[in-house]
Amino acid sequence: MRKLGFIVNPIAGMGGRVGLKGTDGWDIVEKAKGLGALPAASEKAAQSLSRLSHLKQDIELWTCSGEMGEAVAVKSGFVPAVVEPVSREKTTSEDTSRAARKMADGSVALVLFAGGDGTARDIQTAVGDRVPVLGIPAGVKMHSAVFSINPMLAGELAGAFLQGGTKRVTDAEVMDIDEEHYREGLVSARLYGYVKVPCGEAHVQGLKVGSPGSEQFFQEAIAQDVIENMEENLLYVIGPGTTTGTVMKKLRLDHTLLGVDLVLNKQIIEKDLNEERLCRRIRGRAARLVIAPIGGQGFLLGRGNQQVSPRTLGEIGKDNVLVLYTQQKLYSLKGRPFRVDTGDPALDRALSGPIMVITGYRTRAVYRIK
Amino acid sequence: MGMDMKTKLRRFHQARWDEPVIFESSRKGERGILVPQAEKGIEDVVGDGISKLPRRMRRKKPPQLPELSQMQVLKHYLRLSQENLGADFNVDIGQGTCTMKYSPKVNEQFVRSPKVSALHPLQDPSTVQGILEILYKTDLFLREISGMDRFTFQPASGSQATLAMASIVKAYHASKGESEQRDEIVTTIFSHPSDAAAPAVLGYKVITIYHDESGLPDLEALKKAVSKRTAALFATNPEDTGIFNPKIDEFTKIVRQHGGLCTYDQANANGSLGLTRAREAGFDMCFFNLHKTFSSPHGCGGPGCGAMGVTQKLSEFLPVPVIRFDGKKYLLDYDVPLTIGKVRSFYGVVPAVLRAYAWIMSLGGEGLKEVARVAVLNNNYLLKKVKEIRGASAPYAEGQHRIEQVRYSWERMTQETGVTTDDVTCRMADFGMHMWSSHHPFIVPQPFTLEPTESYAKAELDEYVAALKHISDEAYTNPDIVTTAPHQSVTHRPGHANLDHPDKWGITWRAYLKKCEKGLRKRIG
Repeated sequence: MRKLGFIVNPIAGMGGRVGLKGTDGWDIVEKAKGLGALPAASEKAAQSLSRLSHLKQDIELWTCSGEMGEAVAVKSGFVPAVVEPVSREKTTSEDTSRAARKMADGSVALVLFAGGDGTARDIQTAVGDRVPVLGIPAGVKMHSAVFSINPMLAGELAGAFLQGGTKRVTDAEVMDIDEEHYREGLVSARLYGYVKVPCGEAHVQGLKVGSPGSEQFFQEAIAQDVIENMEENLLYVIGPGTTTGTVMKKLRLDHTLLGVDLVLNKQIIEKDLNEERLCRRIRGRAARLVIAPIGGQGFLLGRGNQQVSPRTLGEIGKDNVLVLYTQQKLYSLKGRPFRVDTGDPALDRALSGPIMVITGYRTRAVYRIK
Repeated sequence: MGMDMKTKLRRFHQARWDEPVIFESSRKGERGILVPQAEKGIEDVVGDGISKLPRRMRRKKPPQLPELSQMQVLKHYLRLSQENLGADFNVDIGQGTCTMKYSPKVNEQFVRSPKVSALHPLQDPSTVQGILEILYKTDLFLREISGMDRFTFQPASGSQATLAMASIVKAYHASKGESEQRDEIVTTIFSHPSDAAAPAVLGYKVITIYHDESGLPDLEALKKAVSKRTAALFATNPEDTGIFNPKIDEFTKIVRQHGGLCTYDQANANGSLGLTRAREAGFDMCFFNLHKTFSSPHGCGGPGCGAMGVTQKLSEFLPVPVIRFDGKKYLLDYDVPLTIGKVRSFYGVVPAVLRAYAWIMSLGGEGLKEVARVAVLNNNYLLKKVKEIRGASAPYAEGQHRIEQVRYSWERMTQETGVTTDDVTCRMADFGMHMWSSHHPFIVPQPFTLEPTESYAKAELDEYVAALKHISDEAYTNPDIVTTAPHQSVTHRPGHANLDHPDKWGITWRAYLKKCEKGLRKRIG
């Protein structure tokens, strides 16, 4: 019998409806409650489980006690196994991490969770890429690419995955914004890492293309194109993420998944540079920046790649930016333009307009930045 | 009892035969035709027909063909045909971009006449003046419709015509010594995917222009894309969204200014027949699918015709032979100095051209324009009706009319009920109708593409809309019936997720058996 891990972050999403931009921490929850917020994550989790009810007899549902899963599961007609007893009324992110770790240790086929970016982060910390995970969208912030389009589709995709209808998984970014800064009007989303998520027809637009076009295939095609066109004695600033990582992998170089590396003549000359250091290394030298938009929102700059600051961009020059993005991911933006948030409004404006994107081997798209 | 006239819904049920694969019905030694013994006079000349073949060419074992009597073969295929939703049965407007229309049956009489079917492509031209005249005159008609200067009928499909256009682009730049330098083609994301794929086959780099907020190709993006490396623009207009790009002449102008050629994918020209022309829009080449706009049947991907036209400056690159008329007789002219060679054997799929010729002759110039007008009218009627359905929408070009088709979206319904466009596709089969699943690229979320053409009656459009509306109501009240559909059809949700997994393919019986032996697949039954 296949096991499904099921975690609900009961306070997820509460801050959003009352304009608090997130619900990280119980003081915010109290404040949200004071403003009239109601817990909504359980309702969303229930919608998701309703699409799994036909599998009740065929799967073991592993969950946490009470509001963190058990209550919803029982209400939805499941007989869950409680692997993580949470006695406190005020649950914490540690509870989520501990439960997810136990689920991964117990070889669940999938961890289905209801929450937002914060919850995704807790789970990523705990399980990494050991087991696939899938997010029921219930949070205020959802920059991570782990969430299904809606709760019902999350349930259906989980069902298809458990039954073997779809077996593919893909790497998805886990990102989070510092809520403190966010409330003050500053956005600084960081890329925290990657998890495996199942791909489904309804989840990932365009999967049904009937080609050998897995995400990885196109990432490799992009990498091949980039490498063939690499010029000698030119500095290459390789941004974070798996797409740029594939370039490094093909060059047989170590890659800092969450950071920026510097490459010259297909050799690493420095790893994981911070903004200061990067700026110093490229000053006055011809350089190309190789980046991919991070997360599910199509942010080209300012989310997950803050090392590339206005100052760095000024050194490199707009025309020396190589943008990598698979067609699949372009499609998933559903026509929304790329976004930039460098922290310098004038630079953001200067960057807006069409930009060339490498989408495969010898294929390009011209896409708009706004 | 017939269909409910109030709800306009049919109580349909597809025939289900549970028919085995023909190889499984094979019985050793059974024969459909007993070939008579050769007469002595023939045997004296050719011998037994086998021993004259070189030894190494002879099969050691006979081919593993299914062995069945005639009647079993007939039944097998009739049963399979009943398990299909043929174009002559259903309201076939759910295959947007395919231009499914009525193919007049009288045209089938023409192509089946021995006057056509008994012709041989190697006959001396003096003995086939009639069919050459038809080919030549169809060329003249298409010149008038497009403004191009000469057509070839050799390509058997739209994609082959696109490939032929790409070959001419290559030959043209080679003749100017710019073949190396010009290695990029530009296309738009809502152009047919073959407009990118065919030039890529020839080694071109492909740059795809995305659209702006209005759904039209972004002119600024085009300016970014073109350079001295541009070989050509490959574009569809109206695009697969049904939106006509009114700035198309600016697009072609910009490409020409950079030395590129402009090629026009008019596979589906159903909304523009006689109303707009490739020449006036600044194109150097175009093609029409005679098996779409010009009513020749599609034949399930079988032989069609991508009639390709070029302007005078490109006519010296056409595939050979071209058909000429010297004032007295029709000739096959192989003397085309810079020809790209052949793209298909002989002269193309002649029956497809003959049907198109008959169709054009029966309509005349005014009739062709009427086709386009009615197709556009039908489409905009449908657009209004579909937009009234809960959960359905038509992204882009809000408040504007569309040309011959629309790419719609069930996104709202999916968000509100979890029911997807795939579910609706499956459920439509329960009402004897078809809503197919190819809407590349999948940018419009939960897409469906409808193209009513000029053939369908208002009552039929209403019937189709009634089924969509009924399914939407079900999605909001009883989604399970939609997500578990079809209930009255033959095949139940084959699932596409593993279609591109090599272990799952079995495209020949032999491959299927091999994979079964290796345990990669389960045996049927």
